[in-house]
Amino acid sequence: MSAETLTTQLKAGLDAPICLTWELTYACNLQCVHCLSSSGQRDPRELTTAEAKRVLDDLRDLQVFYINIGGGEPMVRRDFFELVEHSVGNGIGVKFSTNGAFIDAEKARRLASMDYLDIQISLDGVDAATNDAVRGVGSYDMAMRAMENLAAADFGPFKISVVVTRQNVPQLDRFKALADGFGAQLRVTRLRPSGRGVDSWDHLHPTNAQQREIYDWLMANGDNVLTGDSFFHLNALGDPLPGLNMCGAGRVVCLIDPIGDVYACPFVIHDEFLAGNVRDPGGFGHVWKHSELFRSLREPQSAGACASCGSFDACQGGCMAAKFFTGLPLDGPDPECVGGDGEVALAELAAVPVVLKPRPSQDHTKPERRLVVT
Amino acid sequence: MSTDLLNPLLERPLALHPQVALRPEPFGALAYHYGNRRLVFLQHADLVAVARVLADHPSLAAALDACGIDRRRWPSFTKAVESLMKSEIIVER
Repeated sequence: MSAETLTTQLKAGLDAPICLTWELTYACNLQCVHCLSSSGQRDPRELTTAEAKRVLDDLRDLQVFYINIGGGEPMVRRDFFELVEHSVGNGIGVKFSTNGAFIDAEKARRLASMDYLDIQISLDGVDAATNDAVRGVGSYDMAMRAMENLAAADFGPFKISVVVTRQNVPQLDRFKALADGFGAQLRVTRLRPSGRGVDSWDHLHPTNAQQREIYDWLMANGDNVLTGDSFFHLNALGDPLPGLNMCGAGRVVCLIDPIGDVYACPFVIHDEFLAGNVRDPGGFGHVWKHSELFRSLREPQSAGACASCGSFDACQGGCMAAKFFTGLPLDGPDPECVGGDGEVALAELAAVPVVLKPRPSQDHTKPERRLVVT
Repeated sequence: MSTDLLNPLLERPLALHPQVALRPEPFGALAYHYGNRRLVFLQHADLVAVARVLADHPSLAAALDACGIDRRRWPSFTKAVESLMKSEIIVER
């Protein structure tokens, strides 16, 4: 079977997700300006420990191999270790993303003693100035301390997870050197205009010239760097990058948010992409298999305005979330279309007197520290 | 073809890695290795059937025979198995 046939099959959806993200809590000690879940305050409707364990039992029955846990800051939850242990005990590996604030020497040893656990420390700059401008004052030191504690506890190859921005594109080689120095693995992912990113994307997203730089860097380093297959919109620049070249939303990936809502992917926390809730009858499995939204996403999608572009097979029209939150039609070019069609579309949109761009349905930003990027 | 049938891999006793789980899918199966965290697509039902019974047979050839795989198709199976051994989904016993 060719790679193309496989992609066609995956687009029609699987009986269970390959990769499921679960934001355990909206509570967070940080207020990153690009937070895709607009986290900050805990939501009182958050799933209880018992409810969360039931979800994990459902995922075991569906043979989900591993989950990506995020937030908010997942380690804020008092039952964090209990849930991780329940998951691993169910045969579901855990990868979790953290800002590192709670990984002291003792927690690092506890984490190092667990099987089937991967840790991603978020870092968006190789120096405090670059990182803290996005993630908040003190967050660089926080991440570095966590990495030192993990290394001292012999955790093994943890991951350093970088959201690629206009400001840190020139630092890619230094991120790689930092990861190599810790015996860690570098993971770089694409910035989306989701969550608080709706307000910071204009300022943070890479320029069109930088897209080429990112593509060339990934072609040279891609075998040793994880990307979450998030840069497939760059494939129109040449040979395809390693990984799956498709949008997996509702087909092979989805998101469970802290209150149990199931969205098509981690970047579309909006009512339009809400498939159901794990508290509904039938639980997660029923939502995954039968929700109207997911069934429609598994139908063949129209290429729309991109149909006549020779690069459509390479880039697949890019990212649904990036289009949606920048106000562009879903069947047109990605705002970061490497052919420049996205820039044109955004300029046309900017010329319209009043445009109501969609806002995320959930906002848990702490009111006293609402951040505005100028 | 004859040289492919002499592939020494055919005589080896193989097995799925003990830390590998298979999940049936319309295209074959997903294989996940809990040790090295690799996720691999097994893109044919026959390959999945062979992978599942490898450990019950003294050699890859015996497993292929047991699954009724036509000898003309063996080269493509040895190739697939070689690639699965690179990612340690399949290992030598």
